[in-house]
Amino acid sequence: MTGLPLVALVGNPNAGKSALFNALTGARQKLGNYPGVTVERKAGRLSLSDGRPVELVDLPGTYSLNPTSPDEQVTRDVILGRQAGERLPDALVVVVDASNLDNHLRFALELIALGRPTIVALNMVDLATRDGLELDAQILSRELGVPVISTVAVRKRGLDHLRGELESMLDGGVGDVAPAGERRDFEVLRREARRIARTAIVRETPSRRLTAAVDRVALHPVAGLFLLLALLFIMFQAVYAWSEAPIAMIEGFVASAGDAVTAALPDGLLRSFLVDGVLNGVGSVIVFLPQILILFFFILMLEATGYMVRAAFLMDGLMARVGLSGRAFIPLLSSFACAVPGIMATRTIADPKDRLTTILIAPLMTCSARLPVYAVIIGAFIPARTVALGIGLQGLVLFCLYISGIVGAMLAALVLRRTVTKGASGGFLMEMPKYQWPRPQDIVLGLWQRAVIFLKRAGTIIFTSTVILWILLSFPKAPENGGVSQVNYSIAGRVANGLNVVLQPIGFNRDISLALIPAMAAREVAVSALATVYSLDADEDEAKLERSLGDRLKDSWPLPTALAFLAWFVFAPQCISTIAVTRRETNGWKWPLFMIGYLFALAYVAAGLTYWTATAAGL
Amino acid sequence: MTSALPLRLTDLPLRQPAYVDLIDWDALSASDGQRLREFGLCEGASVEALHHGGLMGRGPIACKVGRMTIAMRRNHAAAITVRTGPQDAAADEEA
Repeated sequence: MTGLPLVALVGNPNAGKSALFNALTGARQKLGNYPGVTVERKAGRLSLSDGRPVELVDLPGTYSLNPTSPDEQVTRDVILGRQAGERLPDALVVVVDASNLDNHLRFALELIALGRPTIVALNMVDLATRDGLELDAQILSRELGVPVISTVAVRKRGLDHLRGELESMLDGGVGDVAPAGERRDFEVLRREARRIARTAIVRETPSRRLTAAVDRVALHPVAGLFLLLALLFIMFQAVYAWSEAPIAMIEGFVASAGDAVTAALPDGLLRSFLVDGVLNGVGSVIVFLPQILILFFFILMLEATGYMVRAAFLMDGLMARVGLSGRAFIPLLSSFACAVPGIMATRTIADPKDRLTTILIAPLMTCSARLPVYAVIIGAFIPARTVALGIGLQGLVLFCLYISGIVGAMLAALVLRRTVTKGASGGFLMEMPKYQWPRPQDIVLGLWQRAVIFLKRAGTIIFTSTVILWILLSFPKAPENGGVSQVNYSIAGRVANGLNVVLQPIGFNRDISLALIPAMAAREVAVSALATVYSLDADEDEAKLERSLGDRLKDSWPLPTALAFLAWFVFAPQCISTIAVTRRETNGWKWPLFMIGYLFALAYVAAGLTYWTATAAGL
Repeated sequence: MTSALPLRLTDLPLRQPAYVDLIDWDALSASDGQRLREFGLCEGASVEALHHGGLMGRGPIACKVGRMTIAMRRNHAAAITVRTGPQDAAADEEA
């Protein structure tokens, strides 16, 4: 999009910047990375009234031009035109929260003093009104010396006005740009901001504050903790309860596609490739899209409503006890969706040892890629019955798997902080945003972006691994009537038989060993790999072909093996992307290798203990 | 203005309006100090303790500073001395 005028959206965290960005650009967004740093670049296209396009870039929220973390540094460097791979913005839109003027105006003043063409978006004026605050944008504009436009991003109010102002600014319609002033002292700016805020506030009436009322419950040491646990529990129940119908639809679609291919093509390599490799392999992963989206829906809602920081507040006592910063909770919670953005989000943690520990334990949070593995095993081996008042046994087992990951992570942190990442305990300094109801479009957009990422993975990493596995499983061809099965005769089968020597003691069979190798690329490949293995095996027995993967697993695995398999996936670091991002964030191979080592050791022990215990219990 | 004896933010009763008397910046790391300043914490700013997190009062403290609600651990709060009273006199005085 080079060549277009560039406008940067900048402001304090919690000023409603992202909502404004979404409202201005709609779905026309592009996510990327700044070169050399792992900070996400979020850009979109905005059309002026005459249809001219402008590139809008959403910069990471920051409190001042004195960065304390890598993403805040990107914001400063872009604004000053020093960021590699980014041109100097032609104009700045400074987003300020109308009900927190004292604070946000200080940063706005710091930015205005740079002398760049600047517009101030006085955002979330509706929430300010709700809190009994009435502001005069004209007074504010006069005092600041730049245009000020009242906006309510979530209701698309003030957006046309903002576009119009941007248009005349980019056309040079705004008078002379003030010469770049020198950087002013923090105290001076603070006092100036306070004075201007006082002038702009027309009326201030005390009113009932929704946030304070909710927080009395949400932050209560006992009630708040119950609320958090209840929310997480509902989340995991919903992953199963809401996903049945859409999953059945996708399964039906994959099955009919398989039938169509089978009917259209003669029996042979091509048909086997399409049905066993592509449709069964990739299809078996795509069916989990609904569950992954449900999980992301909850995480996006927790973030957008402002509850996430409350959860961090509640958990801080526990985090402190294992030697982590309370801030670590947010990267860890986003690791439930995926460890890659989780590990990237640790950049907000200032202390290096603190941050390293958080990175090392992030893969223990149950990411959405484990969901397909858990779901297929739970679906096959755990009966779908209700244990009590609307609580399903399957959801309960899933909940326990998540808890195992969390407990494992806390214990790992405790040990790491006393050994390899020894150091002073971190702090917890966070702003608690007001609660607000997110705009449905923003949530839908977030889900859409996640769905695209997941399907791209299914189409690339998972597709490639599945195809390679199919090739390794199909060749060399077993001799007819040789008494050796195709799987055992194939290259992959021979490798798996070798690996199985190590994995047999913890209850794993050849098929699991086989699935674990391609699953190094991504966990969910284990499912597509199993699907491919059993699909190829079933070719010899037409009756088996019609059955689902779950049913086939149930026939061939004893229960202790299935449970050990689940325990393995709680810990095993089977994800190339996570290892790669760890290498990038820790600048070397030392820590990713350490991470792989300790997690595989944990996985082996956990799977072994599960298998031996379950066998001893006679399951 | 006259007001009660100074006390540490950790000891300030919940929902009692107060203002910052003194901040021991030396007890805070440079980056933590900067972040607290950016949150609007300075001598004279109005503060109100809202919630004590965790059981047995060992968790962080959520407090209102000006119009913002922020959370901090007890070691940070202990570096902040406050006086009860509604006025944030020092913050109003012009530079």
